[in-house]
Amino acid sequence: MTVNIKEFPGTPLSEKDFQKGRILFTEWVPKAHYAWDAGVAIGRYLAELKAGHLIGRQCWGCRRVMIPPRMFCEHCFRPTDEWVYFQDTGTVRTFSLCYVTWDMRELTEPQIPAVIEIDGASKGMGILHLLGEVDPKAVHIGMRVKAVWKPAEEREGAITDIRHFKPL
Amino acid sequence: MSKRRVAIVGAGMTKFVRRAQETGKELAFQASKMALDSCELTLDDIGAVCLGTAPDAFDGVHMKAEYLSDGAGALGKPYMRSYVGGGTGVFAVIQGWYHVASGLFDTCLVVCEEKMSSCQPHPQGAFLTIFDHTTERALGPNLLWIFALEMNAYMTRYGLDKRDIALVSVKNKRNAADHPCALLGDPNITVEDVLNSEVLAWPVQRLDVSPISDGAVAIVLAADHVARRVTDKPVWIEGVGWSLDTAYWTNRDLSYPTYVEEAARMAYKMAGITEPRKQIHIAEPYDPFDYKELHHLEGLLLADKGEAPRLTADGVTQRTGDLPVCPSGGLLGVGNPIAAAGLMKVAEIFWQLRGEAGARQVPGNPKRGVAQAWGDLMQVGTVVVLGV
Ligand SMILES: [Zn+2]
Repeated sequence: MTVNIKEFPGTPLSEKDFQKGRILFTEWVPKAHYAWDAGVAIGRYLAELKAGHLIGRQCWGCRRVMIPPRMFCEHCFRPTDEWVYFQDTGTVRTFSLCYVTWDMRELTEPQIPAVIEIDGASKGMGILHLLGEVDPKAVHIGMRVKAVWKPAEEREGAITDIRHFKPL
Repeated sequence: MSKRRVAIVGAGMTKFVRRAQETGKELAFQASKMALDSCELTLDDIGAVCLGTAPDAFDGVHMKAEYLSDGAGALGKPYMRSYVGGGTGVFAVIQGWYHVASGLFDTCLVVCEEKMSSCQPHPQGAFLTIFDHTTERALGPNLLWIFALEMNAYMTRYGLDKRDIALVSVKNKRNAADHPCALLGDPNITVEDVLNSEVLAWPVQRLDVSPISDGAVAIVLAADHVARRVTDKPVWIEGVGWSLDTAYWTNRDLSYPTYVEEAARMAYKMAGITEPRKQIHIAEPYDPFDYKELHHLEGLLLADKGEAPRLTADGVTQRTGDLPVCPSGGLLGVGNPIAAAGLMKVAEIFWQLRGEAGARQVPGNPKRGVAQAWGDLMQVGTVVVLGV
């Protein structure tokens, strides 16, 4: 570092220290349960998912048609104006082939998260979802996809009412 | 705007390690004491303390700033925490700057600490709550997704391949071999090593990513009249900037960091910089992933959109190049204790501009440098311009 400093503090522990239990280790399950109000826009978004529809909101200020829907436009900073129904098709704007779980355990079959631009929404309006029924090697940016819905009786008003998107 | 000139007059840093035996408070103390000692000040000389530290959930301690305050030298002092995720380390300096620039305090100790190793089985668990609880978290996200999606968008937009990006990881890990506090310095690493490393979330591979680490960094800020008394080599904070993009991250253009450009323009304007490529001599952009260094160089207006990979390939960003980038070794090489890593970048520019960076010293007596960090929901840019 600065050439004037000769000693730097900080003591690394070794993997062995950890394995041999020389580290204080405690496990604690937090009682962290949350109940969320989905709010006005997302509340209706979820209800429409249960009915098998994708919806958004339009702002008459900037004309943007937005998904996920919101009751205010963050650009114009005014209330949004109207509900818009979309087709359940779209275009892959970006994706990943993920071979690890969140805690870094290996997956043999990759999960394929993607940002999907929904048809009928303004350009650049994507949502996060997963791709399925597709060869990972065949996935590409620009790929056209369509929602695969759960059967109506299994839907619960959640983003997972769409199982995944598959190639159109 | 009436404001006072503010200088950095001292800096201290612990080793960045994978798991530290020292507690967070102990790390904060080590860095703070070292920063004070480096400019021969004591805590009595300090008017206020600013602390930066990232999520409480890493340590399992809520209100972590208060918990760490004793180690940060905050006893009985005006004390404030900043937290803008990965952007924290540079934002804490901005916060300290306006404490002093405003005239409220003559000196301010800025301390950034992070101990990620406490969180089991993996600190990513603490970060998964970054995703929207209703529309995204139900999909079972992995934190890596967000970076992989961004990297793929960037690569596809400009037709880049992995080799173009791996060069950044190689440069930074090699640079870090000269850093006495580095976790992943490696003088012999090659592009092939990066390309052959485990695929985590394509296009992100193991060696595209900075390591989880523990560590702390601190700097001392002083107003003009104090700075001149304390040191004959003050490093001035010439400009600061920060900006947020939308939290509807899937509605953004993921191939360009607009938030960095906005923050950079604010900082450059304050610093009187009209031609950043000529007037900035050294850069420490935030590099938790190799593509982010490229992304951020473009956001900092130091490269045209899509051109940062070419600058890297041409050697421009090497320590001996026309625009040395991450001569410290960056997060990819030195390590990534989140808030501390951002402040490490500011400390590196401080040491470089004073000619005190030892084996890492860039040639040519650089006069002005920029440090930048990034975080929150991939949406904040924090920028500081330093000069002598
Ligand atoms: Zn609008």
